[in-house]
Amino acid sequence: LASVSLITALAALPLHSTDFEVHRNWLAITHSLPVSKWYHENTSEWTLDYPPLFAWFEYSLSHVAQHFDKEMLVVQNLLYTSPATILFQRLSVIVTDIVFIYAVKECCRSVREEKGSKDLLGHPFFILAALLLWNFGLLIVDHIHFQYNGFLFGILLLSVARHLQGRHLEGALLFTVLLNLKHIYLYIAPAYGIFLLRSYCFTEDNTDGSVRWSSFSPVRLVALGSIVISVGALSFGPFIAMGQLPQVLSRLFPFKRGLCHAYWAPNVWALYNMVDKALSVLGVRLKLLDVAKLPKASMTGGLVQEFQHSILPSVSPSITLICTLLSIMVMLSIWCRPRGARGFLRCLVVCALGSFMFGWHVHEKAILMAILPFSILAVESREDAGIFLMLTTTGHYSLFPLLFTAAELPIKVLLMLLFTLYSFTSLKKLFRGSLLNPLETTYLLGLVAVEILCEVVYPLSPWQHTMPFVPLLVTSVYCSLGVCYSFIRLYVSLLRQHGTDKHKQL
Amino acid sequence: MENWSLVSICVLFGLTARWAVSLNSYSGAGKPPMFGDYEAQRHWQEVTYNLPVHEWYFNTTDNNLNYWGLDYPPLTAYHSLLCAHVAKLINPDWVELHASRGHESYGHKLFMRATVLVADLLIYIPAVVLYSFYLSEGSNKKKVFLCILLYPGLILIDYGHFQYNSISLGLALWGVVVLGLGWDVLGSLAFVLSLNYKQMELYHSLPFFCYLLGKCFKQGLAGRGLFLLVKIAVTVLVTFALCWLPFLSDPGQILQVVHRLFPVGRGLFEDKVANTWCSLNVLIKIKTILSTDTQLYISLTTTLLAILPSSIKLLMKPTLWQFKLALVNSSLAFFLFSFQVHEKSILLPALPVCLLLNDLPLPAIWFLQASTFSMLPLFLKDGLLVPYVVTSLAFLFFSIYLLSALEHCSEDKLRLGPYRRLLICIVRRYGYLSNCINKDHFYFSITAMAGLSFMSVALAPPAQLPDLFPLLVSVFSYLHFLGLLLYFNIVQIAEPPQSVRKNQKKSN
Repeated sequence: LASVSLITALAALPLHSTDFEVHRNWLAITHSLPVSKWYHENTSEWTLDYPPLFAWFEYSLSHVAQHFDKEMLVVQNLLYTSPATILFQRLSVIVTDIVFIYAVKECCRSVREEKGSKDLLGHPFFILAALLLWNFGLLIVDHIHFQYNGFLFGILLLSVARHLQGRHLEGALLFTVLLNLKHIYLYIAPAYGIFLLRSYCFTEDNTDGSVRWSSFSPVRLVALGSIVISVGALSFGPFIAMGQLPQVLSRLFPFKRGLCHAYWAPNVWALYNMVDKALSVLGVRLKLLDVAKLPKASMTGGLVQEFQHSILPSVSPSITLICTLLSIMVMLSIWCRPRGARGFLRCLVVCALGSFMFGWHVHEKAILMAILPFSILAVESREDAGIFLMLTTTGHYSLFPLLFTAAELPIKVLLMLLFTLYSFTSLKKLFRGSLLNPLETTYLLGLVAVEILCEVVYPLSPWQHTMPFVPLLVTSVYCSLGVCYSFIRLYVSLLRQHGTDKHKQL
Repeated sequence: MENWSLVSICVLFGLTARWAVSLNSYSGAGKPPMFGDYEAQRHWQEVTYNLPVHEWYFNTTDNNLNYWGLDYPPLTAYHSLLCAHVAKLINPDWVELHASRGHESYGHKLFMRATVLVADLLIYIPAVVLYSFYLSEGSNKKKVFLCILLYPGLILIDYGHFQYNSISLGLALWGVVVLGLGWDVLGSLAFVLSLNYKQMELYHSLPFFCYLLGKCFKQGLAGRGLFLLVKIAVTVLVTFALCWLPFLSDPGQILQVVHRLFPVGRGLFEDKVANTWCSLNVLIKIKTILSTDTQLYISLTTTLLAILPSSIKLLMKPTLWQFKLALVNSSLAFFLFSFQVHEKSILLPALPVCLLLNDLPLPAIWFLQASTFSMLPLFLKDGLLVPYVVTSLAFLFFSIYLLSALEHCSEDKLRLGPYRRLLICIVRRYGYLSNCINKDHFYFSITAMAGLSFMSVALAPPAQLPDLFPLLVSVFSYLHFLGLLLYFNIVQIAEPPQSVRKNQKKSN
């Protein structure tokens, strides 16, 4: 297990991306400015848009950063880079990954093991460890593109592990901390909420698994509530005291940013946009619409702005919220019939995936929130492994446009091949047999064709200059097909389990 | 896990490590007017593409030999020509005569790195695959494969400092593998090609020669042996002729090329090298005391003396095991005692030592780590500190963990057993040497290397001794190399007769 962890240290690369500047800026802001100014500062375009606990985290980091290079902590030094800065930031990611490694170890302990002798490579816990630690998406996003996701996902996985081990209070504490570090985890908060309420506050179930109202334990509810409130108070407290709450909230939830990110995350709205565009082009061709009446500029120009759809009805934030809520209604199944921590995990994944599918201004990196916890389920059940392979491969491929320079191309291709090859062969060996049907295999092979098309053929063709967004569009639409398909399958499997439980009861 | 998937994963992993290193800086980056080896390779592409063959090695108005003149044999020139053709297709500016001097750009760096990767993939890596799976014994095949692929020295020099060692070393390895499989003629062909790529492969030539000659002797000089000898000789001569074809028309050409390949005017050593003469220079300034001719003779005699025992043993007993050991001994002896040795030449002994990873894990890992460490001043000059640290740590970690090196240092495993019985009666105090290779010394050595590396980076040397740290590094490495040369020689020469060795193998 230790050998696998060393590989993350290999990611010491001299590459640069915009997120570097983002974090450098935050280091500067938290270090040089008083607390009251943190959420008002806007010298740089990358304003502080994570909750306060993360700001405190950056603050503590900045104290270490002082020793590396003082210049990076001056707010005015926009786009400041020096070898020391880069070294420090990369080291900080590597060091905070220790949390992630610990969490993986804890998860592996909770994985069920089959009887029978296997060599090291065949043990489920080793496979799980490898799948998590070498997760291509995490490697790419954290170490190359630069973010602190390893640390954050470490906390998430640790909280999941604690629930699997039955230590619910710790799990809840970890999750609230996590929520206050990065509010994107609101996506999965409902799963936590319902699970904890149902399984923890009601200490017993009826024989058929439904709610026994009488066993409600107010003590536990109060314990949970106090955890949530105290952590929230710790992080938000200073800002509430200063009356800055609206400002903080507006920074955290920038609804002005548009339905889709610059690069469409592969979710339902990508398909929606595609259909819209296709219809508009068709309409123009068939002379049904006037070109002048259509809104100018494409949605994939690479910029983040608000746009209106031309033909299909425009989508507003509230619509996305409703869609998301509808899609995660299935969570109520754990209300009716809880299946312990594993059922909770499954709902968590469905929640994360549902919010990814229907959310407002979703980043493609959010797919990791579904993939990583899903790895735990994948090493335990055959059907899950099949869905997992589909989801990971498509999800990881959709991260490719994050690294667009030619120098990074071999790295991302090699790492992707490495991870895909490993996940396929190890899961195949674990479950003894093929996990995907031919249609799925063809789809995945199609990814190779898309890659060659986008990275090799297209740039050499004459359309590169007139329609530069086409590779992005193709990637995102193709991947969203895969992601949607995985989502539907996961949903179906959850409903089916719900159905079989009902049957059992009858 | 099935073989093919594990092999692919190892290859992918090795490739990722290589490309990750290649994203770093290269030799002479941003350092006009001479730049470094990167610019040298680019210049050779320019020269071979634009000038006719008979001008490649000569000093003409178009070809200034002082500015990175071609000083490798013709195969390098042909390879540069091939790369130049590709470069011309992508961006002609890269190989414009005169105008492209000192050209440095993002695209060009990618192109050059890609050429190294392609060469590696086509030549070196398949050779390593074949070696690991057909010629190494035991259950550790895939682990040996991964460890060989991860050897930091080759990765850092080829992908960081920028050279094409993987081609010459790969071809030599092909020679070894093919000879091991029993196809002598093809093996000699591969080696001649390797020799024609880089003349430093002469370090390996004596073992090849002795091994093949020994095999011919074994098969009887009167009959099949003679026939084999003739076949090999003909192959060698024909290959040489083919490689040197454009130059054969004019004896002046041949002389000039040889003159470029073996610059005897350059002195005993340049810079700090971990060999005898440089280390001796610390105590006695031999470079200034002795004349160039005397230096030449002394180094020649010492080298010959050093390689004599192992060559004779190989001649008498041409087996694969002896062959591997002889390769190590010969190239290491050349490195330590020869004329005008560069620190990069340590890669030549390092390749055969990689082949010994399975049989003698601890000494091999020790040597490989020492070889990477000895090149530290070069890496620091090129700005490759971080890749150096990461690859060394990764290599150490993987090899020690996968090959369980630290458990296998008993006398029996180190094949020193018979030695003790043989020589302990001759000189009692030599028995102490066999205790040198054990875990504690290894740990101490690695810690010392780490400490010296840290000091070289973090501390500034005192004003009177500006070369203190490179010197310390070379002397330290030199002591390691000398000790390991003695060890490998002893293992090769004191090898017990066939039957005992077979029993040892069975008990392993």
